[in-house]
Amino acid sequence: MHIVYHDKEWFVEQEMTVNQMLKHLKLLPESVLVVRNGRLVAEDQKVQPGDEIKIVSVVSGG
Amino acid sequence: MRCRRCENPGAINMRQHKLSLCDVHYPEWFHEQTQRTIKKYAMFAHAERILVAVSGGKDSLALWDVLLKLGYQADGLYIDLGIDRGTAYSTRSQEKAAAFAAQHPTARLIVVDIRQLYGENIIQVAQRRHRPQRPCSICGLIKRHEMNRVAFEGGYDVLATGHNLDDEAATLFGNVLHWQVDYLRHQFPVLPADGQGLARKVKPFCRFYERETAAYTLIQGIDYIEDECPYAVGATSLAHKATLTQMEHDSPGAKMHFYTNFLKAKETGLFAAEETAPELHSCSQCGQPTTAPDLCNFCRLWEKLSTD
Repeated sequence: MHIVYHDKEWFVEQEMTVNQMLKHLKLLPESVLVVRNGRLVAEDQKVQPGDEIKIVSVVSGG
Repeated sequence: MRCRRCENPGAINMRQHKLSLCDVHYPEWFHEQTQRTIKKYAMFAHAERILVAVSGGKDSLALWDVLLKLGYQADGLYIDLGIDRGTAYSTRSQEKAAAFAAQHPTARLIVVDIRQLYGENIIQVAQRRHRPQRPCSICGLIKRHEMNRVAFEGGYDVLATGHNLDDEAATLFGNVLHWQVDYLRHQFPVLPADGQGLARKVKPFCRFYERETAAYTLIQGIDYIEDECPYAVGATSLAHKATLTQMEHDSPGAKMHFYTNFLKAKETGLFAAEETAPELHSCSQCGQPTTAPDLCNFCRLWEKLSTD
């Protein structure tokens, strides 16, 4: 699967849950949302090879 | 986690509410909760005209969208501050706001260009005030003045901003850290109009987590500017947000309880307004209410610039 977060990207060929993926990337689920193939998915959903994943940061302001 | 309303896979899980919803039922819930907050704090009625301060970001565009869907008379106000720093931030933000308005036939967008109106954008003003790296306080001063001016001149009953619970909790956290009692007195989802030119200000999203407003825009397909203001890097409020998010991760609901229990405490009299509140005068130049004896801070800023 292809994962994009800000200007970074990763290619991972392993099935896992959204939660596991975020843990690998050291991201708190409270600070991001995950879009899988164009649709928002909760942390218990699976991501797998072939998926297009976009991780969206939810923090704004200053 | 299945959607509580239909058993389909959840699109978002909100641990603080022990609630999971799919992408069909989440917008429905989001509208209901917004309406509930509007009613709870008596923010405005359907007969009133609302001016929504729109930045092109997720919160303000989501707010405008929800208010229109709930049948409110809501116009948008975009203030072009002239922020670039190699990112064309203001230009791109305005494009998002304009694109949203173009897709919504009942949406009217008012654009105020600070440079066109006053001869300089906020970055040029900050440079002349020797604050080129941190124009935030000047930006805030100019935005507040312009929002109030447009609301007053346009005959709007209320000015709505997209502040969410994370914004409010971070502000509260900062104010408590420094025990800024005056700020704590004024922090509330509704600030009443003063009857002399200051518009009523409301924050209908004050009980939503930032993550929830972002989820709403993603599900609704609202195109917003994801980048931060280039001058927000290193802002204290972002550090406070990060601290609160870590606390939320360790203890779901921590942010919500921190903020909503503060509101409850205020309703029982904590940080009540002083009996002898500072007297307001009309600024001798722009006419907006101010505690200063002659010019308001906004007019004083431009006067200083003209004599520099």
